[in-house]
Amino acid sequence: MVLDAAHGGDDTGGRLANSQLEKAITLALSVRLRSLLGARGIQVVTTRESDAAVDPNRRAEIANHAQAQACLILHATQSGSGVHLYASSLAPVQPARFAAWKTAQAAWVTRSLALAGVLNSALQQAQMSVTLGRTTLPGIDSMTCPAVAVEIAPELGSDKKITAELDDPDYQARVAAALAAALVEWRSEARQP
Amino acid sequence: MIPRYQRFIFGILLVASLVMSGALWQLRERAHQRLIAGEDSAPTSAPVVAPAEQATLLVANDGDGSLLTQIHSLPLPADPGARARAVLGKLLDLYAAPDAAHPVPGGASSVLQVFLLPAPETAAQAPSQYAPQTGPQLAVVNLTGSFAAGHPSGIETETLTVLSICATLRANLPRVTQVRFLVDGVQRATLAGHADLTRTYLAADALPAEGTHP
Repeated sequence: MVLDAAHGGDDTGGRLANSQLEKAITLALSVRLRSLLGARGIQVVTTRESDAAVDPNRRAEIANHAQAQACLILHATQSGSGVHLYASSLAPVQPARFAAWKTAQAAWVTRSLALAGVLNSALQQAQMSVTLGRTTLPGIDSMTCPAVAVEIAPELGSDKKITAELDDPDYQARVAAALAAALVEWRSEARQP
Repeated sequence: MIPRYQRFIFGILLVASLVMSGALWQLRERAHQRLIAGEDSAPTSAPVVAPAEQATLLVANDGDGSLLTQIHSLPLPADPGARARAVLGKLLDLYAAPDAAHPVPGGASSVLQVFLLPAPETAAQAPSQYAPQTGPQLAVVNLTGSFAAGHPSGIETETLTVLSICATLRANLPRVTQVRFLVDGVQRATLAGHADLTRTYLAADALPAEGTHP
Protein backbone atom coordinates (compact mmCIF):
# COMPACT_ATOMS: atom_id res chain seq x y z
CA MET A 1 0.00 0.00 0.00
CA VAL A 2 1.17 3.54 -0.73
CA LEU A 3 0.23 6.39 1.60
CA ASP A 4 0.75 9.86 0.17
CA ALA A 5 0.47 12.57 2.84
CA ALA A 6 -0.31 15.61 0.68
CA HIS A 7 1.60 18.91 0.89
CA GLY A 8 4.68 19.39 3.11
CA GLY A 9 7.56 21.83 3.50
CA ASP A 10 6.80 25.22 1.98
CA ASP A 11 3.54 23.85 0.60
CA THR A 12 1.48 24.09 3.78
CA GLY A 13 -1.85 23.20 2.17
CA GLY A 14 -4.98 24.75 3.63
CA ARG A 15 -5.14 26.63 6.91
CA LEU A 16 -7.50 24.78 9.22
CA ALA A 17 -9.18 25.47 12.55
CA ASN A 18 -7.08 25.86 15.71
CA SER A 19 -4.21 27.27 13.57
CA GLN A 20 -3.54 23.81 12.17
CA LEU A 21 -1.99 23.34 8.73
CA GLU A 22 -3.20 20.74 6.28
CA LYS A 23 0.31 19.32 5.83
CA ALA A 24 0.50 18.46 9.55
CA ILE A 25 -2.91 16.75 9.63
CA THR A 26 -2.16 14.65 6.54
CA LEU A 27 1.18 13.53 7.97
CA ALA A 28 -0.43 12.63 11.30
CA LEU A 29 -3.08 10.57 9.52
CA SER A 30 -0.44 8.88 7.36
CA VAL A 31 1.58 7.89 10.44
CA ARG A 32 -1.52 6.48 12.18
CA LEU A 33 -2.59 4.53 9.12
CA ARG A 34 0.91 3.18 8.49
CA SER A 35 1.03 1.86 12.07
CA LEU A 36 -2.37 0.19 11.77
CA LEU A 37 -1.51 -1.44 8.43
CA GLY A 38 1.94 -2.49 9.63
CA ALA A 39 0.35 -4.20 12.64
CA ARG A 40 -1.75 -6.22 10.19
CA GLY A 41 1.33 -7.33 8.28
CA ILE A 42 0.75 -5.06 5.31
CA GLN A 43 3.81 -3.51 3.71
CA VAL A 44 3.44 0.26 3.45
CA VAL A 45 5.37 2.78 1.36
CA THR A 46 4.97 6.45 2.27
CA THR A 47 5.83 9.44 0.10
CA ARG A 48 7.03 11.46 3.08
CA GLU A 49 7.80 10.81 6.74
CA SER A 50 8.55 14.38 7.77
CA ASP A 51 7.65 17.98 6.97
CA ALA A 52 9.36 17.85 3.57
CA ALA A 53 8.25 19.20 0.20
CA VAL A 54 7.70 16.44 -2.38
CA ASP A 55 6.90 17.23 -6.00
CA PRO A 56 3.62 15.71 -7.31
CA ASN A 57 5.54 13.88 -10.05
CA ARG A 58 7.94 12.42 -7.44
CA ARG A 59 4.95 11.19 -5.43
CA ALA A 60 3.60 9.41 -8.51
CA GLU A 61 7.07 7.93 -9.19
CA ILE A 62 7.24 6.51 -5.65
CA ALA A 63 3.74 5.02 -6.02
CA ASN A 64 4.49 3.52 -9.44
CA HIS A 65 7.81 1.99 -8.35
CA ALA A 66 6.06 0.34 -5.39
CA GLN A 67 3.58 -1.43 -7.73
CA ALA A 68 1.07 -1.08 -4.92
CA GLN A 69 -2.29 -2.76 -4.53
CA ALA A 70 -3.74 0.59 -3.45
CA CYS A 71 -2.61 4.21 -3.26
CA LEU A 72 -4.27 6.63 -0.85
CA ILE A 73 -3.60 10.35 -1.25
CA LEU A 74 -4.41 11.98 2.09
CA HIS A 75 -5.81 15.52 2.30
CA ALA A 76 -7.66 17.59 4.91
CA THR A 77 -10.06 20.52 4.63
CA GLN A 78 -12.20 22.77 6.78
CA SER A 79 -14.97 22.77 4.14
CA GLY A 80 -17.81 20.26 4.15
CA SER A 81 -18.08 17.40 6.59
CA GLY A 82 -17.02 13.80 7.09
CA VAL A 83 -14.76 12.10 4.58
CA HIS A 84 -14.56 12.95 0.88
CA LEU A 85 -13.40 10.22 -1.51
CA TYR A 86 -12.24 11.29 -4.96
CA ALA A 87 -11.09 9.19 -7.89
CA SER A 88 -9.47 10.60 -11.02
CA SER A 89 -11.84 12.18 -13.55
CA LEU A 90 -9.98 10.54 -16.45
CA ALA A 91 -12.12 8.36 -18.70
CA PRO A 92 -11.27 4.64 -18.31
CA VAL A 93 -9.14 3.01 -21.03
CA GLN A 94 -7.76 -0.48 -21.59
CA PRO A 95 -4.28 -1.06 -20.10
CA ALA A 96 -1.52 -0.66 -22.67
CA ARG A 97 2.20 -1.48 -22.67
CA PHE A 98 3.07 2.21 -22.74
CA ALA A 99 1.02 4.95 -21.16
CA ALA A 100 1.29 8.73 -21.27
CA TRP A 101 2.61 10.09 -17.98
CA LYS A 102 -0.18 12.63 -17.49
CA THR A 103 -2.97 10.11 -18.15
CA ALA A 104 -1.43 6.88 -16.83
CA GLN A 105 -4.21 6.58 -14.24
CA ALA A 106 -6.81 6.14 -17.01
CA ALA A 107 -6.04 2.40 -17.21
CA TRP A 108 -6.61 2.11 -13.45
CA VAL A 109 -9.69 4.30 -13.04
CA THR A 110 -12.10 1.36 -12.92
CA ARG A 111 -10.07 -0.24 -10.11
CA SER A 112 -9.80 3.16 -8.38
CA LEU A 113 -13.58 3.50 -8.40
CA ALA A 114 -13.89 -0.01 -6.95
CA LEU A 115 -11.42 0.92 -4.20
CA ALA A 116 -13.44 4.07 -3.48
CA GLY A 117 -16.51 1.84 -3.09
CA VAL A 118 -14.76 -0.39 -0.54
CA LEU A 119 -13.51 2.67 1.40
CA ASN A 120 -17.01 4.15 1.29
CA SER A 121 -18.56 1.00 2.78
CA ALA A 122 -16.01 0.84 5.59
CA LEU A 123 -16.40 4.51 6.50
CA GLN A 124 -20.19 4.27 6.49
CA GLN A 125 -20.01 1.20 8.71
CA ALA A 126 -17.99 3.39 11.08
CA GLN A 127 -20.93 5.85 11.13
CA MET A 128 -19.16 8.54 9.11
CA SER A 129 -20.69 10.68 6.39
CA VAL A 130 -18.99 10.13 3.03
CA THR A 131 -19.00 12.14 -0.20
CA LEU A 132 -17.91 10.41 -3.40
CA GLY A 133 -16.71 12.24 -6.49
CA ARG A 134 -14.27 12.56 -9.37
CA THR A 135 -11.60 15.24 -9.60
CA THR A 136 -8.43 16.34 -11.34
CA LEU A 137 -5.63 16.52 -8.80
CA PRO A 138 -1.94 17.03 -9.55
CA GLY A 139 -0.15 13.68 -9.17
CA ILE A 140 -3.05 11.25 -9.07
CA ASP A 141 -3.47 11.14 -12.87
CA SER A 142 0.09 9.77 -13.23
CA MET A 143 -0.31 6.91 -10.73
CA THR A 144 -0.43 3.34 -12.03
CA CYS A 145 -2.31 1.82 -9.10
CA PRO A 146 -5.87 1.91 -7.77
CA ALA A 147 -5.70 5.46 -6.39
CA VAL A 148 -8.18 7.40 -4.26
CA ALA A 149 -7.78 10.85 -2.73
CA VAL A 150 -9.11 10.76 0.84
CA GLU A 151 -9.97 14.19 2.19
CA ILE A 152 -11.06 14.43 5.80
CA ALA A 153 -13.25 17.32 6.94
CA PRO A 154 -14.63 18.11 10.42
CA GLU A 155 -17.35 15.80 11.67
CA LEU A 156 -20.76 17.46 11.95
CA GLY A 157 -23.67 16.43 14.18
CA SER A 158 -27.30 16.29 13.13
CA ASP A 159 -27.64 19.97 14.10
CA LYS A 160 -24.82 20.83 11.62
CA LYS A 161 -22.48 21.80 14.44
CA ILE A 162 -18.92 20.49 14.55
CA THR A 163 -18.60 17.47 16.83
CA ALA A 164 -14.98 16.61 16.00
CA GLU A 165 -12.26 18.87 14.60
CA LEU A 166 -9.50 17.62 12.34
CA ASP A 167 -6.87 17.73 15.09
CA ASP A 168 -9.03 15.60 17.40
CA PRO A 169 -6.91 12.44 18.03
CA ASP A 170 -10.02 10.30 18.56
CA TYR A 171 -11.49 11.42 15.23
CA GLN A 172 -8.22 10.78 13.42
CA ALA A 173 -8.01 7.33 15.03
CA ARG A 174 -11.57 6.43 13.93
CA VAL A 175 -10.91 7.54 10.34
CA ALA A 176 -7.58 5.67 10.24
CA ALA A 177 -9.18 2.51 11.68
CA ALA A 178 -11.97 2.55 9.08
CA LEU A 179 -9.49 3.12 6.24
CA ALA A 180 -7.24 0.32 7.53
CA ALA A 181 -10.19 -2.08 7.71
CA ALA A 182 -11.12 -1.17 4.13
CA LEU A 183 -7.57 -1.71 2.87
CA VAL A 184 -7.36 -5.12 4.59
CA GLU A 185 -10.62 -6.10 2.86
CA TRP A 186 -9.34 -4.71 -0.44
CA ARG A 187 -6.16 -6.77 -0.17
CA SER A 188 -8.09 -9.94 0.60
CA GLU A 189 -10.38 -9.32 -2.40
CA ALA A 190 -7.34 -8.77 -4.62
CA ARG A 191 -5.83 -12.09 -3.51
CA GLN A 192 -8.94 -14.05 -4.44
CA PRO A 193 -8.60 -15.80 -7.81
CA MET B 1 -10.55 110.84 19.15
CA ILE B 2 -12.86 108.04 17.86
CA PRO B 3 -15.77 107.41 20.18
CA ARG B 4 -15.88 104.02 21.87
CA TYR B 5 -19.24 103.00 20.37
CA GLN B 6 -17.88 103.62 16.86
CA ARG B 7 -14.88 101.37 17.53
CA PHE B 8 -17.27 98.71 18.87
CA ILE B 9 -19.48 98.91 15.78
CA PHE B 10 -16.40 98.78 13.53
CA GLY B 11 -15.24 95.60 15.30
CA ILE B 12 -18.62 93.92 14.87
CA LEU B 13 -18.72 94.84 11.18
CA LEU B 14 -15.19 93.52 10.69
CA VAL B 15 -16.03 90.16 12.32
CA ALA B 16 -19.26 89.91 10.31
CA SER B 17 -17.44 90.57 7.05
CA LEU B 18 -14.85 87.87 7.83
CA VAL B 19 -17.58 85.35 8.66
CA MET B 20 -19.43 86.21 5.44
CA SER B 21 -16.20 85.85 3.44
CA GLY B 22 -15.67 82.38 4.88
CA ALA B 23 -19.25 81.39 4.16
CA LEU B 24 -18.98 82.64 0.58
CA TRP B 25 -15.73 80.65 0.11
CA GLN B 26 -17.44 77.50 1.37
CA LEU B 27 -20.42 77.98 -0.95
CA ARG B 28 -18.06 78.53 -3.89
CA GLU B 29 -16.16 75.30 -3.12
CA ARG B 30 -19.39 73.31 -2.86
CA ALA B 31 -20.64 74.70 -6.17
CA HIS B 32 -17.29 73.82 -7.76
CA GLN B 33 -17.48 70.23 -6.46
CA ARG B 34 -21.04 69.88 -7.73
CA LEU B 35 -19.93 71.07 -11.14
CA ILE B 36 -17.06 68.55 -11.28
CA ALA B 37 -19.29 65.70 -10.09
CA GLY B 38 -21.85 66.62 -12.70
CA GLU B 39 -19.24 66.44 -15.43
CA ASP B 40 -18.03 62.99 -14.23
CA SER B 41 -21.45 61.43 -14.25
CA ALA B 42 -22.60 63.01 -17.47
CA PRO B 43 -23.71 60.16 -19.75
CA THR B 44 -21.70 59.90 -22.95
CA SER B 45 -23.97 57.30 -24.51
CA ALA B 46 -27.51 56.21 -23.99
CA PRO B 47 -27.74 53.46 -21.36
CA VAL B 48 -28.72 50.04 -22.64
CA VAL B 49 -30.80 48.07 -20.14
CA ALA B 50 -30.65 44.38 -20.92
CA PRO B 51 -33.99 42.65 -20.51
CA ALA B 52 -34.30 40.19 -17.63
CA GLU B 53 -34.11 36.58 -18.76
CA GLN B 54 -34.06 33.25 -17.00
CA ALA B 55 -30.61 31.81 -16.38
CA THR B 56 -29.88 28.27 -15.23
CA LEU B 57 -27.27 28.10 -12.46
CA LEU B 58 -25.65 24.88 -11.24
CA VAL B 59 -25.12 25.75 -7.58
CA ALA B 60 -22.67 23.79 -5.45
CA ASN B 61 -23.47 22.42 -2.01
CA ASP B 62 -20.58 21.57 0.33
CA GLY B 63 -22.92 19.57 2.56
CA ASP B 64 -23.33 16.66 0.15
CA GLY B 65 -20.91 17.61 -2.64
CA SER B 66 -23.70 18.04 -5.19
CA LEU B 67 -24.62 20.55 -7.89
CA LEU B 68 -28.25 21.65 -7.84
CA THR B 69 -30.05 23.41 -10.68
CA GLN B 70 -31.52 26.81 -9.84
CA ILE B 71 -33.35 29.17 -12.18
CA HIS B 72 -32.74 32.90 -11.65
CA SER B 73 -34.09 35.91 -13.52
CA LEU B 74 -31.40 38.48 -14.32
CA PRO B 75 -30.53 41.02 -17.01
CA LEU B 76 -28.53 39.23 -19.70
CA PRO B 77 -26.66 41.14 -22.43
CA ALA B 78 -26.94 39.98 -26.03
CA ASP B 79 -23.16 39.60 -26.47
CA PRO B 80 -22.31 35.96 -25.58
CA GLY B 81 -19.09 36.83 -23.72
CA ALA B 82 -20.80 39.48 -21.61
CA ARG B 83 -23.72 37.09 -21.11
CA ALA B 84 -21.40 34.38 -19.81
CA ARG B 85 -19.74 36.88 -17.45
CA ALA B 86 -23.14 38.03 -16.14
CA VAL B 87 -24.29 34.46 -15.46
CA LEU B 88 -21.04 33.52 -13.69
CA GLY B 89 -21.19 36.79 -11.74
CA LYS B 90 -24.62 35.81 -10.42
CA LEU B 91 -23.31 32.34 -9.52
CA LEU B 92 -20.37 33.77 -7.56
CA ASP B 93 -22.69 36.30 -5.89
CA LEU B 94 -24.67 33.34 -4.53
CA TYR B 95 -21.44 31.84 -3.16
CA ALA B 96 -20.48 35.15 -1.53
CA ALA B 97 -23.83 35.42 0.31
CA PRO B 98 -23.62 34.96 4.11
CA ASP B 99 -25.77 31.81 4.20
CA ALA B 100 -24.26 30.13 1.12
CA ALA B 101 -24.11 26.32 1.04
CA HIS B 102 -20.77 26.68 -0.77
CA PRO B 103 -19.19 29.77 0.79
CA VAL B 104 -16.56 31.48 -1.37
CA PRO B 105 -15.71 35.18 -0.95
CA GLY B 106 -15.41 37.46 -3.94
CA GLY B 107 -18.74 37.71 -5.73
CA ALA B 108 -19.47 38.89 -9.27
CA SER B 109 -16.39 41.09 -9.55
CA SER B 110 -14.20 37.95 -9.36
CA VAL B 111 -14.88 37.19 -13.03
CA LEU B 112 -12.72 39.58 -15.04
CA GLN B 113 -13.62 38.30 -18.52
CA VAL B 114 -15.02 35.30 -20.34
CA PHE B 115 -13.54 34.78 -23.80
CA LEU B 116 -15.37 32.52 -26.25
CA LEU B 117 -13.17 30.90 -28.92
CA PRO B 118 -13.61 28.08 -31.45
CA ALA B 119 -13.04 24.77 -29.64
CA PRO B 120 -9.46 23.64 -30.52
CA GLU B 121 -10.06 20.15 -31.92
CA THR B 122 -12.89 21.35 -34.11
CA ALA B 123 -10.76 24.06 -35.62
CA ALA B 124 -7.83 21.67 -36.04
CA GLN B 125 -9.73 18.72 -37.47
CA ALA B 126 -11.95 20.46 -39.94
CA PRO B 127 -10.97 24.11 -40.28
CA SER B 128 -12.78 24.50 -43.58
CA GLN B 129 -15.99 23.06 -42.17
CA TYR B 130 -15.92 24.95 -38.87
CA ALA B 131 -18.81 27.36 -38.64
CA PRO B 132 -17.95 30.30 -36.34
CA GLN B 133 -21.62 31.02 -35.73
CA THR B 134 -22.69 27.49 -34.82
CA GLY B 135 -19.58 25.41 -33.96
CA PRO B 136 -18.52 24.29 -30.48
CA GLN B 137 -16.70 26.84 -28.35
CA LEU B 138 -13.93 26.98 -25.77
CA ALA B 139 -14.70 29.36 -22.90
CA VAL B 140 -11.68 30.91 -21.21
CA VAL B 141 -12.68 32.22 -17.77
CA ASN B 142 -10.32 34.84 -16.37
CA LEU B 143 -10.67 35.06 -12.58
CA THR B 144 -9.11 37.60 -10.21
CA GLY B 145 -6.09 36.70 -8.11
CA SER B 146 -7.95 37.80 -4.99
CA PHE B 147 -10.68 35.23 -5.73
CA ALA B 148 -8.13 32.41 -5.96
CA ALA B 149 -6.27 33.67 -2.89
CA GLY B 150 -9.47 33.86 -0.83
CA HIS B 151 -10.93 30.54 -2.02
CA PRO B 152 -11.22 27.92 0.75
CA SER B 153 -8.66 25.15 0.33
CA GLY B 154 -9.79 21.57 -0.27
CA ILE B 155 -10.44 19.01 -3.00
CA GLU B 156 -14.21 19.08 -2.61
CA THR B 157 -14.73 22.83 -2.37
CA GLU B 158 -12.33 23.65 -5.24
CA THR B 159 -13.68 20.90 -7.47
CA LEU B 160 -17.25 22.07 -6.87
CA THR B 161 -16.37 25.66 -7.78
CA VAL B 162 -14.68 24.59 -11.03
CA LEU B 163 -17.44 22.14 -12.01
CA SER B 164 -20.26 24.53 -11.15
CA ILE B 165 -18.68 27.21 -13.38
CA CYS B 166 -18.27 24.69 -16.24
CA ALA B 167 -21.80 23.32 -15.83
CA THR B 168 -23.37 26.79 -15.59
CA LEU B 169 -21.62 27.88 -18.78
CA ARG B 170 -22.79 24.73 -20.55
CA ALA B 171 -26.38 25.19 -19.32
CA ASN B 172 -26.63 28.77 -20.58
CA LEU B 173 -24.36 28.67 -23.62
CA PRO B 174 -24.89 25.22 -25.18
CA ARG B 175 -22.11 25.80 -27.73
CA VAL B 176 -19.54 25.85 -24.92
CA THR B 177 -18.01 22.37 -24.86
CA GLN B 178 -14.67 23.12 -23.20
CA VAL B 179 -13.59 25.45 -20.41
CA ARG B 180 -10.14 26.71 -19.39
CA PHE B 181 -9.21 28.97 -16.51
CA LEU B 182 -6.82 31.88 -16.11
CA VAL B 183 -6.10 33.85 -12.95
CA ASP B 184 -5.24 37.53 -13.54
CA GLY B 185 -4.63 36.65 -17.19
CA VAL B 186 -2.06 33.90 -16.64
CA GLN B 187 -2.21 30.14 -16.16
CA ARG B 188 -2.16 28.94 -12.55
CA ALA B 189 -1.37 25.40 -11.33
CA THR B 190 -4.30 25.01 -8.94
CA LEU B 191 -7.23 27.08 -7.69
CA ALA B 192 -6.24 26.98 -4.00
CA GLY B 193 -3.77 24.10 -3.79
CA HIS B 194 -5.92 21.24 -5.14
CA ALA B 195 -8.13 21.55 -8.24
CA ASP B 196 -5.96 21.50 -11.38
CA LEU B 197 -6.35 24.68 -13.44
CA THR B 198 -3.84 23.72 -16.15
CA ARG B 199 -6.15 21.31 -17.96
CA THR B 200 -9.09 21.84 -20.28
CA TYR B 201 -12.39 20.83 -18.68
CA LEU B 202 -15.10 19.22 -20.78
CA ALA B 203 -18.26 21.16 -19.98
CA ALA B 204 -20.56 18.20 -20.65
CA ASP B 205 -18.75 16.12 -17.98
CA ALA B 206 -19.45 18.79 -15.38
CA LEU B 207 -23.19 18.92 -16.06
CA PRO B 208 -24.68 16.38 -13.65
CA ALA B 209 -28.06 14.74 -13.54
CA GLU B 210 -30.38 16.57 -11.18
CA GLY B 211 -29.07 16.47 -7.59
CA THR B 212 -26.31 13.98 -8.29
CA HIS B 213 -22.65 14.27 -7.40
CA PRO B 214 -20.36 15.50 -10.18
